[in-house]
This record gives sequence, C-alpha cells and structure tokens, in this order.
Amino acid sequence: MNRSNKANFERRHFDFVSFFCTGLTGLATALIVAMLLLIIGNVVYHGWQTFSWRFVSGNTDKDMFDVQHAGIFPMIFGTAARVIVMTLFVVPVGVITAIYLVEYAPAGSPLTRIIRSAVNNLAGVPSIVFGLFGLGFFINFVGQHVDQSFHNVDPKWGKPAILWASLTLAVMTLPVVIVATEEALRAIPPGLREASLALGATKLETIIKIILPHALPGILTGAILAVGRASGEVAPILFTGAAYYMKDLPHSLSDQFMDLGYHVFILSTQSPNVEKTTPILYATVLALLILTFSLNIVAIVVRARMRKQFRSGH
Amino acid sequence: METSEQETVAARWKTIQRGQKHRPVEWLAERGIFMVSLSAIVMVFVIFLFVAREALPVLLGRSNSSNSFEAIPVEQMDQIPPEKLRAYLGLSPAEFLRMDHETLKTLMEVKGEEAKESKGDKDAKINATGWRYLLFPYQWENHSKPDYVWEPVANVPKFNIMPLVVGSLKTTLVALLFSVPLSLAAAIYVSQLASPKVREVLKPFIELLGGIPSVVLGFFCLIVLATLLQAIFGYQSRLNAFVAGIGLGFAVVPVVFSIAEDALTSVPRSYLQAALALGSSRWEAAWKVVLPAAFPGVFAAVILGFGRAVGETMIVLMASGSARIMSWNIFDSTKSITNAIAAELGEAVTGDNHYRILFLIGGLLFLVTFISNLAGDLIMHRLKARMEGRR
Repeated sequence: MNRSNKANFERRHFDFVSFFCTGLTGLATALIVAMLLLIIGNVVYHGWQTFSWRFVSGNTDKDMFDVQHAGIFPMIFGTAARVIVMTLFVVPVGVITAIYLVEYAPAGSPLTRIIRSAVNNLAGVPSIVFGLFGLGFFINFVGQHVDQSFHNVDPKWGKPAILWASLTLAVMTLPVVIVATEEALRAIPPGLREASLALGATKLETIIKIILPHALPGILTGAILAVGRASGEVAPILFTGAAYYMKDLPHSLSDQFMDLGYHVFILSTQSPNVEKTTPILYATVLALLILTFSLNIVAIVVRARMRKQFRSGH
Repeated sequence: METSEQETVAARWKTIQRGQKHRPVEWLAERGIFMVSLSAIVMVFVIFLFVAREALPVLLGRSNSSNSFEAIPVEQMDQIPPEKLRAYLGLSPAEFLRMDHETLKTLMEVKGEEAKESKGDKDAKINATGWRYLLFPYQWENHSKPDYVWEPVANVPKFNIMPLVVGSLKTTLVALLFSVPLSLAAAIYVSQLASPKVREVLKPFIELLGGIPSVVLGFFCLIVLATLLQAIFGYQSRLNAFVAGIGLGFAVVPVVFSIAEDALTSVPRSYLQAALALGSSRWEAAWKVVLPAAFPGVFAAVILGFGRAVGETMIVLMASGSARIMSWNIFDSTKSITNAIAAELGEAVTGDNHYRILFLIGGLLFLVTFISNLAGDLIMHRLKARMEGRR
C-alpha cells in the first residue's frame, strides 16, 4: 500500500491496522465488482445459447412461453417506440431548462435554488410513483378530458397508451438531461461567449449559434443516458401503457405496446412451467442488458471524449 | 463548485451586456426559456397534486366501504328518482342508460339479497377506510386477537396499511445494512487509497451497476439469488424480505457509492497532505481526517440510499414473496408498499376504495422520499459550500 504513495514524509514502519483496514476496503470494492460480474456472467452464460437472430427478429405467437417459437421483436419495437417518443419531449425541455440555469439564472437567487432543488428531487421520486402520476394525471385527467371534448364514446386517450407511457418517462428522465446539459454548458470557456458578443451578436444568437453547437456532445450524452435509464424501467409503464400480449404491433400513439422489461417480468413470474421457459427468460434479459449497457457505455465514452477535448483545447 | 462557476458565467454576461439595445424577440425568447425552466418545479407539484387527488376521498373521510344498507323493495323501483336508483345500484351513468327495465329489476333483487345477507355480518357495517382501521389493529370476526390486516379484495375488505409499511421498512433495513458498509468502504478505497489508474477503471465500473434495470435485478434475485441464499441460510420460504433486501442492496450500492465518493473527493487535498505530514499512514488520514470532514456528505449518501431502497418496486415485487402478513421476521414472505401498488392497482377498479387507498400509500411513499431527498440535497449543498470555504 505504501508503494502507491512515494512521498518520503510518509512513515516507513509497517502498520498492521492500516494494512488490514486498507485490505478490508479493497475487499469490499472487489465484492461489488464481483457482484456485477456475477450478474452479467450469469445472464450471458445462460442467455447466449437461446439468443439468436431468429429470437430477436421473430414475432411471438399466442404462446409466448414456447421456447421453439418465441421471439421478442414486438417487445423491442414497443420499447424503442416509447423511448423515441419520450426523447422528443424530454430533450427540448431539459436543454432549455439547463440553458436557463447556466446562462440566465441570477446566481444565488431563491428561485434558482428552488429549481435546482426540484430537479434533484424529481430524480429521487420512486418510479412507481411516476406510474401512479401517469395514471392519475395523463390518463384519468388529460386523456379523459380529451375524450370528452372529442365526444369519443369508447375511450381513445383515457386509457393506457404509448403517448402516456412516453410522457411519464419524459418527466422521470428530465433531471438526467438537465444535469448532463448543464455540465456541458459549464465546460464551454466563457471566452467564446465574450468573443461572440464582441462581434455584435445578441445573447440569444450567441446561445443558438455558438453555445449549443459546442454543447452538442453533452446534450447527446444526456439524451443517451435518459434513453438508457428509461428503456429498462418497468414500474412507470405498468399502468400507463404496457400490455401483457398484443397480436399486432402498435400503429398509433394511442395504442398499448409490449415491452422488453415488462416481458422479463411476465416471463419470470407468470410462466406456467418455469424450467421450460428459463432459456427464453435468460435470452430476453440478455437482450435488455445489451440494450441498456451499450447505451450507458456509449454515453460514458462520449462524455470522456468531451472532457478531454475541452481540457486539451484550453 | 457548481454555484461558484455559475456565478462567474452569469457575472460575465452582465458586464458584457451593458449598453445593448432592447430587442423584443430577445425579450420574448428569454421569457419563454424562463417559463420552460419552471417545468421541473411544476412537475413536482403536479405529481403531488394528482396522486393526492385520487386519494382525496380517503384523506377527507368521505369514502365508505361499509357494505350494510337498507334495501329498497323492488316494488318501489318506479317511485324513486332515476339518479338515486343509479347510485343505489352502483352503476355509471352510461351503464345505467344502456339497461332496460327488466335488467334493473333483476339487479334490484340481487341487491336486496345482499342487504339481507350483510345484516348478519357485524364486520360488513364497518367503514374500513377510516383512519382507525387503516392504522390500528382491530379484532375482526373469526380473528382471535386484534390484528393488522391487509385484505383489500376480501368479502369484507380490510385496508390496514401497517403490514405494508412494516414490509417496506424490513426490506429497506436489510438493504441498507447490506449495502451501506459495503459501498462506504468501496468509496473510501476508490477515493483515498487506490492509485489513480485503478480508480479510473473502478469508478465507471461500479457506476455501471446502477445501469442495470431493476427488473433484471429482480429477475436475478428470483432465479439465482433466492436459491443460493436459501441453501446457505436454510430458512423456510424461498422468497422473503431478506432476499428482496439483498437484491435492493444491489440497487442501492451505486447510489451510496457515487455520492459518498463525491463527498470524500470534495475534501480539500490539503487535509490529506497535512495528515500525512504529521506522520499518519494513508488509512489513518482517510479514516481520521478525510472521513470526518466529509461526514455530512456520507450521511446524505445514506439518506438518498434509503430513498432509493424504500421506493424500489420491481425487485421487491419479484423477490419478496408477497404474503400479506404482519411480521417483523426478515425471513418471512413479505409484501411492501411498492409491491402492493404494482401488483394490485391493475386489478383495482378506478375510483373504488382499494384504488384510492393504493394512491394514498403511493402519496405516503412520495412524501417520505421527498423529505429524504430534500434533506440529502440540503446536507450535500452545505457540505460543498463549507469545503470551498464560503461559509
């Protein structure tokens, strides 16, 4: 342990307590890493045999527990659809909020403090509460009022739908986008702003033409992280849009959808024969993990590059 | 760090902007940006408002689950006003309009039978949605002693929320006992003791654990961990609060780790250097100097970890066993607040007592996490301000 710090003011004799405690904390770290590897290893080991192109691109029949014929394309489609619609809502709102917080907000004002606090708080609201909120607000309030004003006899919007699931997830992932964009805006050297203004551009022009293009990698990171977070969430969509089984792919925003994460839940809890369905279950989990991990890793790489670029450039 | 940078950016804008002409488009855009930036505040309010709105009748004591009523004789059916008849039969306006006279008559007869039956049952007269029945034990018929009972879909529904609250606390406690020591030790190691190279690899790696969807963790508990832990500890029911708690711990570790690591790193380097100069080892410096200095942040990490654990749904839903019993034993099969909402809301009829009470406990959950988040946020903010010597 002493090798790691070569400063010669450190005392030289061997200290058992320090050595032991350092080892203990190192062990704890190793244990966490081992847990992560255990989960990934277990899923990959059991999942890859069933995981095939046919499985990923195949449609599922009425019997979704059948190992030979099960496919997860409708679930991948549903998850992708809800996440894309979510991105359309959350990115503009998140980016504009971040712009306000960094470029406009008067520092130290109570309102700025409250906005910041609300963002942090929103990040900590349990996902099931978002589900309740989606049902209580989007479906039972907004949806039903839309139905009433269009005189729909059968509920079209006052029921679970892709749109409501996406909006619920957009509220949930708002802090992710705000925080990532804020970080990117802060990293832009103030000299750029000054130069632009000195050339006669207004503040708004500077933000649109100079600041935003420079913050693009950061905004992208935020969007990817939000997508990564949302694509694995099940609790918020339980009552706002996910369907147990659907014959056709959804073709409108008011349709329900099948979802990858929800399908994992169904396969692991509702299966009539656990032994038999375990292979499909593992393969579905593998697909979900590949999706969320690749998104997370891309976000980490983009962010690392962005940081390096700003560090070396200035 | 956040605020100081923000100050410089805002201050620079101000000095440059002086003397610019007033532009209406610019002004309008600024207003627009300001309005959008309020969305986070609005959303927190709307979440609270609409969860509370669905639970309001229970909160105000306007709901009634009592099943006992005076039957209206079938012969009087045509004399009472239609609106009253509709309410008596418990039909929606659309349903009521669709029914012909004969169907209504049959319904009246069924209702009369119900009334006759419920007369004999003492419990049926009780309004189980009153606070007294939601929170305190009550001796129901064929129970030998006063009990906390959550039986929302029984003949006589019972809505005591204490079994769920205890279930949530139990699983959360196991999760924190398992994950807090582990992640704090890892945070100390990664931020203070490991070499910079090891640190750069470990940090994103541990944070990747936070990227695992909770449904995958739930699946892992259900399929792998439950069997493994049962083989080690040899308890009775395979799925219980203990398994769910360990699974929750997996979800809490990245939260506590990254906040605690952040707090430990924000302690000025000079603290460490001073300790080393006085002859302490790296461990002693970390344990006796850096950790006490960062203590509020570590405390905040634990609070935020609690918020995460108590609100986590899928892991508890899949691994806790979902038995509706009141028990403090962690090896008993358990149902928690989040578990009850996720499992039962789909079957509850919109607007009935069960539905409203599920929203009520959801609101309770929101309140608890709201307070713990606020506290954690405040502590972290103070700590950072102090570390930068601004207070």
